[in-house]
Amino acid sequence: MEYTILILLLPFVSFLVLGLAGMKLRPVAAGVIGTAVVAVVAAVSYCTAFEYFFVAGRDAAGLYPTLIPWNGVWLPISATLHIDLGILLDPISVMMLVVISTVSLMVHIYSFGYMKGERGFQRYYAFLSLFTMSMMGLVVATNIFQMYLFWELVGVSSYLLIGFYYTKKEAIAASKKAFIVTRFADLGFLVGILFYGYYAGTFSFTPDAKLLVAAGGMIPLALGLMFIGGAGKSAMFPLHIWLPDAMEGPTPVSALIHAATMVVAGVYLVARMFPLFVGYAPEVLHGTAYIGAFTALYAAVVACVQSDIKRVLAFSTISQIGFMIVSLGVCTSTDPHAGGLGYMASMFHLFTHALFKALLFLGAGAIIHAVHSNEMSAMGGLRRYMPLTHATFLVACLAIAGIWPLSGFFSKDEILTACFAFSPVMGWVMTAIAGLTAFYMFRLYYNIFWGRENRELHAAHTPHEAPWTMTLPLLILAAATLVAGWIPFGRGISSNGEAYTIHIDGSVAAVSLCVAVAGIALATWMYAREKQPVADRLAETFSGLHRAAYHRFYIDEVYQFITHRVIFACISTPIAWFDRHVVDGVMNLLATATHGAAYAVREMQSGSVQRYCIWMLCGALGLTILVLIIC
Amino acid sequence: MNILFLFPLIPLLMMLGLWVSRSTRQIHAVMVAGSSLLLLLAVVLVFRFLALREAGETAAMLFTASHMWYAPLNIHFAVGVDGISVAMLLLSAIIVFTGTFASWQLKNDVKEYFLWFCLLSVGVFGFFISVDLFTMFLFYEVALIPMYLLIGVWGSGRKEYSAMKLTLMLMGGSAFLLIGILGIYFGAGARTMNILEIAVLHNIPLAEQRIWFPLVFIGFGVLGALFPFHTWSPDGHASAPTAVSMLHAGVLMKLGGYGCFRVAMFLLPDAAHELSWIFIVLTTISVVYGALSACVQTDLKYINAYSSVSHCGLVLFALLMMNETAATGAVLQMLSHGLMTALFFALIGMIYGRTHTRDIRQLSGLMKIMPFLAVGYVIAGLANLGLPGLSGFVAEMTIFNGAFMHADTFHRVVTIIACTSIVITAVYILRVVGRILYGTCTNPEHLKLSDASWDERFSVICLIVAVAGMGLAPLWVSDLVRGGVGTVITQLMN
Repeated sequence: MEYTILILLLPFVSFLVLGLAGMKLRPVAAGVIGTAVVAVVAAVSYCTAFEYFFVAGRDAAGLYPTLIPWNGVWLPISATLHIDLGILLDPISVMMLVVISTVSLMVHIYSFGYMKGERGFQRYYAFLSLFTMSMMGLVVATNIFQMYLFWELVGVSSYLLIGFYYTKKEAIAASKKAFIVTRFADLGFLVGILFYGYYAGTFSFTPDAKLLVAAGGMIPLALGLMFIGGAGKSAMFPLHIWLPDAMEGPTPVSALIHAATMVVAGVYLVARMFPLFVGYAPEVLHGTAYIGAFTALYAAVVACVQSDIKRVLAFSTISQIGFMIVSLGVCTSTDPHAGGLGYMASMFHLFTHALFKALLFLGAGAIIHAVHSNEMSAMGGLRRYMPLTHATFLVACLAIAGIWPLSGFFSKDEILTACFAFSPVMGWVMTAIAGLTAFYMFRLYYNIFWGRENRELHAAHTPHEAPWTMTLPLLILAAATLVAGWIPFGRGISSNGEAYTIHIDGSVAAVSLCVAVAGIALATWMYAREKQPVADRLAETFSGLHRAAYHRFYIDEVYQFITHRVIFACISTPIAWFDRHVVDGVMNLLATATHGAAYAVREMQSGSVQRYCIWMLCGALGLTILVLIIC
Repeated sequence: MNILFLFPLIPLLMMLGLWVSRSTRQIHAVMVAGSSLLLLLAVVLVFRFLALREAGETAAMLFTASHMWYAPLNIHFAVGVDGISVAMLLLSAIIVFTGTFASWQLKNDVKEYFLWFCLLSVGVFGFFISVDLFTMFLFYEVALIPMYLLIGVWGSGRKEYSAMKLTLMLMGGSAFLLIGILGIYFGAGARTMNILEIAVLHNIPLAEQRIWFPLVFIGFGVLGALFPFHTWSPDGHASAPTAVSMLHAGVLMKLGGYGCFRVAMFLLPDAAHELSWIFIVLTTISVVYGALSACVQTDLKYINAYSSVSHCGLVLFALLMMNETAATGAVLQMLSHGLMTALFFALIGMIYGRTHTRDIRQLSGLMKIMPFLAVGYVIAGLANLGLPGLSGFVAEMTIFNGAFMHADTFHRVVTIIACTSIVITAVYILRVVGRILYGTCTNPEHLKLSDASWDERFSVICLIVAVAGMGLAPLWVSDLVRGGVGTVITQLMN
């Protein structure tokens, strides 16, 4: 399957072409080049998936083999260590190829409509190509260092795209924040890799088991540090702060990068290292589950009170990634029948979430396109103006709420089953969060399409349905969301590679459905009508909590305080002062002292003979005394 | 004739050519012809060197030649190159070449400026090809003196103060160095200044090494911006004209790291082992301290000067890790830092030439006004913060991996501290990019400014190509360097 190299090469070439020729191209030409390339990449990805799962198939042991069609040394480190670049195909990487290329293609098409007439249209497509290349490189990495390399590249593409509107203050700040927060997390990732490379003696994903055993506590440490990197990219608490701000970027970018693909890189990282986590660091793995659960809860609570629709979706993304992390974290073995179900569930949820969350974001983009605002106050009653967007958005909301037979139901059900198998507490907590999810998503849905309509605004500027370039991707993604749940996912992907048939656990499914319906019902009761007395009264009664949640429990302020008041004001500024006044001061003092000494002794050379005589006598006397003392 | 002799000879001939030139046009012609020739020569040297290595030539130094210079002290003009010096020669040739174009707009005393510029190149090239302690020191001094005049005459701001400070501090360093070199010469007691011969003898008593090692290391370290002897760097860079900043940060600061490795560590290996921890602590401080200082500076050149302190600190840090990987990383970092800092200073010079300010509080929205320069600046910034695909990543990752090969707590701790620089670097780079390039332009005067002219574009593009080339395909340069590092490391391991 050597042709898979095209998946990396084509977007790279398109990035170079669009980046270099950029402004000389006509905007449409740039868009067509970018989109055509991604379409080819998508075709190649589907081809790869088809060939991998159906033509090549399982090996003699009944497992899908790990294929490495390309691999070569990029940078040697030492006799045994080297950084390789290559392509690794296994069930999860092939699945990711399909997800990324599909969403990327949809976003490319959608952007024709959404970004029409924007200054820097060519630059936009160049960055999208760069991102697609980097993300593909990340998922097909043959070793952890290649993953890190592309990890940094997706980080920078994200930075460039968030800051696309570079004259906007908020966009500049958001892009900077996103990059620095994830960079900080990547520090953990890098140190983790360094530990791993040292003790495992390789950067590959299949190290020598003897070395791992000998390394003892160092492997859990390495994996834990790597998870910090994953937590940064996947916006786990408390490193989540960059993601809501990242919504300053163009909406299609949010759909591609900050909802469907890049932010799940952390989940993918844990899945990639899964055998090592389960085998050598189960306690670290379970630790990630608690972090994931807390993040899911926190983000769901915050999402309930946000007024900017993209921020609601951002927190919902954080919460859903929390689900995926929990699902991986509750695994206790690699056997899907005994404690390893979570792996499959997590990947399944990653897959379905990518589709419906991209749909939600693209839908939100169409709405923003129509009303020119992100705020719910500018919306309401939009179902009359944008029927197509309304229908597809509803499909996505039902899917994320976990209503049968939409895709989200199936994946969430597997996650909850895995959680219940781990511990009832975890199971119930996650079920409750699932209910909360249904509530805030339908709060969002009603506030956009029903509820209080901003008639004044809509009269001044009638909202309109989006052009076909934007609705077509919505329809495709909605169709995918409808059917994706029926894919026999476990047949292709499971924790140990064996085929696993998904069966719905009746009791769990019933409970989760009930909770979801209850959440939707509550939201309907509170937000569906023009007057929303219950919601207003609640906000008033719990105004403190409401305000705290609206301000995301002031986590951003804590960071602001640490970076500006502590690091900048209490460390950097004093250091800079110290450098100029103390270190440099000593150097200047030396110079001044030399200068002063020179002035002091120059009197000796005054030119008058009497003076010279005195100094001569003094010198002679001094020498005599010296000689007397020594002898 | 030995190909290496051409390296100092060509700048000398260029000086002759400049001397007889009558117009700016002729001066430019001489400079372009000479510097292109040097670049070509460096490329040829790389290929010939690799071909010889390929053919199985295993001697530590290739293209060696030796001519008696002063018989009573047995001083030779001895030359030879290994992978490290070849890489350094290539770097110097690139910087001299691009520096020529970056000085294209210079108006006053053009001839004198380029004369000193060429003399500086003579010193730099001579230094990298020497294998004799005395000639090495001689060329080192030749490189320092023109710097004083170039900054003092063609500089800006407090140029006299900066030029004097820089020269005095570096001269102070070379005083240490001279004592150290004499110590090595008499310590080895073999009446030879040849580095390779002294290394083979390996007979300087430890008690003496303990004295000479710090002297030599600090002597070169001053030039390599070793904390706390780095303070010449911010003032010096801030006052220097563009091409001089490029050459200074790009090449001259590398003389420090190169000397520390080639002289201090190679010839005094036992003391290096014993005393390395002191310098590891100092360099770790350099790395973090430089980066943190850069975070709050407001002058573009100060930011890059402190950033250089941090990055050059990493070079010395890696050398002191004393293993092949880290040392390879150190040389890669020298190359990478040389290229990207030259790029940075070139761009800053071009921005300053238009706006007449380097204060980041007075600049904004340059992306719309001068897109070419702004994009170049972003690329330089990304290289600086270690983006994969550009040169910084390759060097830093090699260094960190090499440093991690020591399993003891001390090395682990300092390595992790040094690693934090990747975050701090991102902070100060993005701060500047966000402040001066993005946003809307607030100064109406700046709206009228033009983007880069052809000569500026050419010099920027050359450097970007070099930075990206090293970042995308690091294998050959890493192999080239690794071969050279081996000799010194073996000496250290014995």
